[in-house]
Amino acid sequence: MTEFLNRRAFLARSAALGCSLAASPLVTPVSFAAAPWENRLVVIILRGAADGMDILRPYGDRDFAGLRPGAGRGIDATGAQDLDGLFALHPALAPLMPLYTRGQLGFVHAVSTPYRDKRSHFDGQDLLEAGTVDLASGAGRDGWLNRMLQHVPGIEAETAYAIGHDEMLLMKGTAQVADWSPDVGLRLSPQAVRLAEMVMHDDPLFRDAFAEAMLLSGGDAQGGLAARPMRMQDMVGDMTGNMGGNAMMGGMEPMAAMAAPEGGHTAAEINKAKRNQPHHKVAAFAGKKLRGDTRIAAFSLNGWDTHQGQDRSMGQALGRLSDTILTLRDSMGGPAWQKTTIVAMTEFGRTARWNGSGGTDHGTAGAMLLAGGALNGGRVLGDWPGLSESDLYARRDLMPTRDVRAHAAWLMRGLFGLDRAVLERAVFPGLEMGRDPGLLL
Amino acid sequence: MAKFDPTLAEIRFGNGLSPTIAPVPSVGDMLARLTGPDLNAQSFPIESFDRFRDRMKLKQAIARERRKLRGKPEGKELQKQIKLMQKDARIDWARWTGRAMMRRAWGQDGFRERLVGFWADHFTAQGKRGLLRRATAPYVEDSIRPHITGTFADLVVAATTAPLMLHYLDQQLSIGPNSDKAARMGAKAGLNENLAREVLELHTLGVGAQYSQDDVRQLAELFTGMIYTPQQGFKFQKDRAEPGAETVLGVSYGGGKPNIADIRAALVDLANHPATARHIAGKLAVHFVSDTPDPALVDALTARFLDSGGDLMQVYAALLDHPAAWQPDLQNVKPPFDFIASAYRALQPRADFFDTEDEKTMKQVMASQLTRMGQPWERPTGPDGWPEEDEAWITPQGLAARMHWAMVIPERMVALPDPRDFVDAALAGHAPEPLRFAARAAESRREGVGLVLASPAFQRR
Repeated sequence: MTEFLNRRAFLARSAALGCSLAASPLVTPVSFAAAPWENRLVVIILRGAADGMDILRPYGDRDFAGLRPGAGRGIDATGAQDLDGLFALHPALAPLMPLYTRGQLGFVHAVSTPYRDKRSHFDGQDLLEAGTVDLASGAGRDGWLNRMLQHVPGIEAETAYAIGHDEMLLMKGTAQVADWSPDVGLRLSPQAVRLAEMVMHDDPLFRDAFAEAMLLSGGDAQGGLAARPMRMQDMVGDMTGNMGGNAMMGGMEPMAAMAAPEGGHTAAEINKAKRNQPHHKVAAFAGKKLRGDTRIAAFSLNGWDTHQGQDRSMGQALGRLSDTILTLRDSMGGPAWQKTTIVAMTEFGRTARWNGSGGTDHGTAGAMLLAGGALNGGRVLGDWPGLSESDLYARRDLMPTRDVRAHAAWLMRGLFGLDRAVLERAVFPGLEMGRDPGLLL
Repeated sequence: MAKFDPTLAEIRFGNGLSPTIAPVPSVGDMLARLTGPDLNAQSFPIESFDRFRDRMKLKQAIARERRKLRGKPEGKELQKQIKLMQKDARIDWARWTGRAMMRRAWGQDGFRERLVGFWADHFTAQGKRGLLRRATAPYVEDSIRPHITGTFADLVVAATTAPLMLHYLDQQLSIGPNSDKAARMGAKAGLNENLAREVLELHTLGVGAQYSQDDVRQLAELFTGMIYTPQQGFKFQKDRAEPGAETVLGVSYGGGKPNIADIRAALVDLANHPATARHIAGKLAVHFVSDTPDPALVDALTARFLDSGGDLMQVYAALLDHPAAWQPDLQNVKPPFDFIASAYRALQPRADFFDTEDEKTMKQVMASQLTRMGQPWERPTGPDGWPEEDEAWITPQGLAARMHWAMVIPERMVALPDPRDFVDAALAGHAPEPLRFAARAAESRREGVGLVLASPAFQRR
């Protein structure tokens, strides 16, 4: 670089930069043919131990009403929807009923990871994402989804995305995965963009990361980011919104309280408020990417640790899950949705009985939710263990009857054609996949 | 041959340049300040863990009372009190984080803060539930900070016996299978190897060293008996201890009456092991100098560690005396906390900013920003702490979050300086010409200052 740069030299340099940017390996647009597969997989980690027995209430089990007085009473009274005479869907998932009837929503009940007894969120989530049998021997430093990616050819910059601010151990590992959160808006004036390119140019690490950041954020429909002068009001408003999103530790809690002025909303305002919620932004971003070259996306939804007042908190959490799935579908568009499977899983279930504060404590088996156009759904899978005292795990929790990893493995076998040996040894070491549950069409 | 330079000393071994605080003049001064009074801590106090235990005691007492009153209105009231205590701790946690930043922004003794940060990460501990989730800064204040100038063995003993560490790595749950307590509890009692494993793998020998699962198991048996209580803090409880001697790396410990001295002896031996010396030397060189340090530097630190019996002041002196430490090109990327701290040092926000702002503002300018940059504060995913590799931080998302911070937050905290002056104040001779140009050419102060802060020259050290 010369001693001083006048404006003309600067402009010439910017032009040169344009070329070098395009040459960066991270910015090379992924051609459609480069993606080796057409199918898409979305993994949602429900952090905090989602209560499978509330998502999918076994109201047909004669012991249910005794364990959870109130939850099993007339299905009409609670608004829960009967699925098959044994299970009823939590009322907050009612917006998903049309998917269920079309076979695009399904469940597996009474499943768990191999994790037992300690019931720690941290360890439970680590194990769920590591996909291993236990956490000994330094496991938990990479995730099963990343290990899966290592066994398929043609991974490109945008093939797989970990989305949001939560650490996704699930996606960690040596395979290339893009991390992005749609609320990290890189709103810069055009002048600042050019200057930043210049400032970063001689440092390849920064130059490539900046170029990719511009690409990722520039693709955001809300943005027009690089082209739009930044306004402080926008930035602060945007920021406040995100803070609300982090208010309850981590990713995407509701921020209805912040968004809701007193005296209620008009319908338009409600929709707008919804669109600004972090989970909605994440789902919209993921959907848009999956419509394009992205094949794998993973993110978290929080707020499942319902030790008290479960009626309310579970309704809110499931409302977000339902929004998320519908937003994914809507932003993905028909053809991509038809090739998509969404799987939502949690670290463990919760106690079979209500505790003393209208909630449930950490348990063992839970439920797995599946959705998407590629799904052979409209049913509840799994071997129901029953709920009598002796059927329960440690006389307190729903008994796991199958390893949740088996279903994830069969999904990946069906979607991406992975060998059973690879799945049982590399992706989920020590897993016995067992019989094919026939999850896909 | 590269040698000491005051500006580089502040950037690489401190927390960057300040427009008002003169850089440290010599290696001798850097070391002398370390052994002098802890002025940074006096100016910006953080609660000790002993004080923090008072909160735990009170909460435990209220919770006990509440269980008796469950379902009654008085019980609800007590529940509310617990909520308030948790909220208090949350707010104080944000203030402590802010003060830790201010120590770096305003302190004379930058190297001390960096060393505290390094060792706090080496001995990562965090609370997994309840009030303890807020206890990391108090743990560092009591169990790390006072010991950074002693021997490494002192530090290992202090960290291993810290209540937060016993909690974090499950030592609290470990009971000797043949102990008296196990006999009473039956099948529910058992060994937990977590702490023993991490002491060997992370804190002392390093994962590549020669030790076996048997050593882990034996050390775990030796560790039984160590617990903490809110009332007393650390406690050695004989009835949990596994009877008999244990052999770790071929050396036998204990065998008589269960005794904390046996545990201490094993920790001291592990701390002074040659594999530990090399492990620590490598980590210091990577953290302070480069992701790929000159092997000669690691050799020199290892040798000094072993020659001095793990005297940390000697090891720091060897680091600062080595030419490889002073190569003029800026190297490592600052982790997010260090980036923000150095930006504060250059921008000079009010020293009492975090004592006067409300919780929401603190969260907006600090915790949420760190999370966006990939460093949710005091919540690394594992006991191995934060990564050192530049690539772990400068991802598209990580860099975008840093740029977002640089463009948005300073304006909320200070009256922005002229970017043309700021580039000098923040980087002096380390500002490359394109950055000086950008500082002049930016459309606004905000973008000019933001570009300086976001630049590789400022992000590296």
